[in-house]
Amino acid sequence: MKKNNTNNSNSVLEWIDYRLPIISLLKHSAVDYPTPKNLNYWWNFGSLAGFFLLVQIITGIMLSMHYTAHVDHAFSSIEHIMRNVNHGWLIRYVHMNGASFFFIVVYIHIFRGLYYGSYKAPRELLWWLGIIILLLMMATAFMGYVLPWGQMSFWGATVITNLFSAIPIIGEGVVQWLWGGYSVDNPTLSRFYTLHFLLPFLIVGVVVLHIVALHTHGSNNPLGIDRKGPQDSIPFHPYYTVKDFFGLGVALTIFFFVVFFAPDYLGHPDNYVPADPLKTPAHIVPEWYFLPFYAILRAIPDKLGGVIAMFSAIFVLFLLPWLDTSKVRSATFRPIYKLLFWVFLVDAIILGWIGSKPAEGSYILVGRIATSYYFIHFLIILPLLGYFEKTKPLPSSISKPVLAE
Amino acid sequence: MTTNKKNKNKTRRSFIHQASGAMGAVAVVSAGWPLVDQMNPSKDVEALSKVEIDLAEIAEGKSKTVMWRGKPLFIKHRTDAEIKEAQKVDVSNLPHPQKDEERVKNPKFLVLIGVCTHLGCVPASDKGEYRGWFCPCHGSHYDTSGRIRKGPAPTNLEIPPYEFTNENTILVG
Repeated sequence: MKKNNTNNSNSVLEWIDYRLPIISLLKHSAVDYPTPKNLNYWWNFGSLAGFFLLVQIITGIMLSMHYTAHVDHAFSSIEHIMRNVNHGWLIRYVHMNGASFFFIVVYIHIFRGLYYGSYKAPRELLWWLGIIILLLMMATAFMGYVLPWGQMSFWGATVITNLFSAIPIIGEGVVQWLWGGYSVDNPTLSRFYTLHFLLPFLIVGVVVLHIVALHTHGSNNPLGIDRKGPQDSIPFHPYYTVKDFFGLGVALTIFFFVVFFAPDYLGHPDNYVPADPLKTPAHIVPEWYFLPFYAILRAIPDKLGGVIAMFSAIFVLFLLPWLDTSKVRSATFRPIYKLLFWVFLVDAIILGWIGSKPAEGSYILVGRIATSYYFIHFLIILPLLGYFEKTKPLPSSISKPVLAE
Repeated sequence: MTTNKKNKNKTRRSFIHQASGAMGAVAVVSAGWPLVDQMNPSKDVEALSKVEIDLAEIAEGKSKTVMWRGKPLFIKHRTDAEIKEAQKVDVSNLPHPQKDEERVKNPKFLVLIGVCTHLGCVPASDKGEYRGWFCPCHGSHYDTSGRIRKGPAPTNLEIPPYEFTNENTILVG
């Protein structure tokens, strides 16, 4: 018997694997891969995010075969996709809502990480790669929303690109460089299409790095303690493949309910009006997944300050592994952090709600309080909490609390 | 796993495995079909796949070229001499034997797809050794019935599906 890493009786697979070890790689990272045995359903959202990324890339390539990136044809080519192309309506609605679901899944994935302290040593770079994916997703989603060249596309593109005009001295030049002109126009649409096509493949690259970093030290787990030995792990397949597939079934049921029965619920009717550079819609808001950041932007009564606050809201996440000074990962053993986690989640939801409201009256005040708390949570509470919080005793191993019952 | 191997085909678990595998295959195929079908001709393309042609404006001996499904369509109003010439040919000697009667609905009007059956070039009208069509790309000669007589083309010029909606109008497609 020759050396065989696959334990597979199929000699063709053995022949291939001896020369190109893809089968043992797959077996190593998705079959035998030892996984903490206590993962709960919140750990489904990583693979779900990967699934939605794949859906976006596949449906996106299909749409690109029918879309025309030109200001005179973009809007009508979308209508062409909706009315003429075989199953075009389905592919477009899956792509539109797929973007929303990708963000829902990724936000849950992030909050899972926040609750269980998944960003702490030795997973800081894993966390960083995740934030980079989030930033790339935001850029991709924003540029994708411009492509239908409706009113929201046009004015969204105008507002977001104008953020860069807040940069002192070079701002104006940067914005003209982004536009390829003196306003959002055909050159802008054309380059956004190119970048909207390119960035998802960069995301795939960063996802691969994210998985490599993940598999270096393995998944965190609900107890947030390191595994003490093989008794704390189970193989990924069949335990977590089955669990992931079940979760995928539930997610797809919800997803297709939206796709088939409320496909435009998450969008804005104004985007079914062709772009008009002479008329701004009365109430302009970004897509829902940008609302909390939009609220932070508007909370600061200064152009440059608002832009800095908005970008800081994401960049503060890079510092999180060092801002959180507690050695205990999981909120299960951190009674105060556990409470403050939920306060922070509510704060983020309030910011999203404020972002969807016009900037007037008491909405402004609430937005400012919520924005302040967002930064207070990261910059003041988390560093201090590590010193003052009295954490609960950690179990000696993952298996212990289960076996003790 | 090894202890299960003997009764692998009998267990309820293997039934569940096979049933979910089958359902998974159905799901993948039904999700995949729209992704494949989107490349088929779209509704607007299909809507343009029929054209109506007025024959009255084509004088005897003249021909007209019309676009149909992105290809040229030749409509030739043949003279009596051209009709006779087309009908008297002994078809058994032709590379692609077809009687002229098989190729027309009304012998006065010959309707052809103007694409050489060799490699897709457009043949020139009233040219070539048989006074029908001549393809400049590789020298295929077609007669007044659009049949291949000489040259590399394997078959006669194709006849599109068409019908007379009245005496002077045809609907192609």
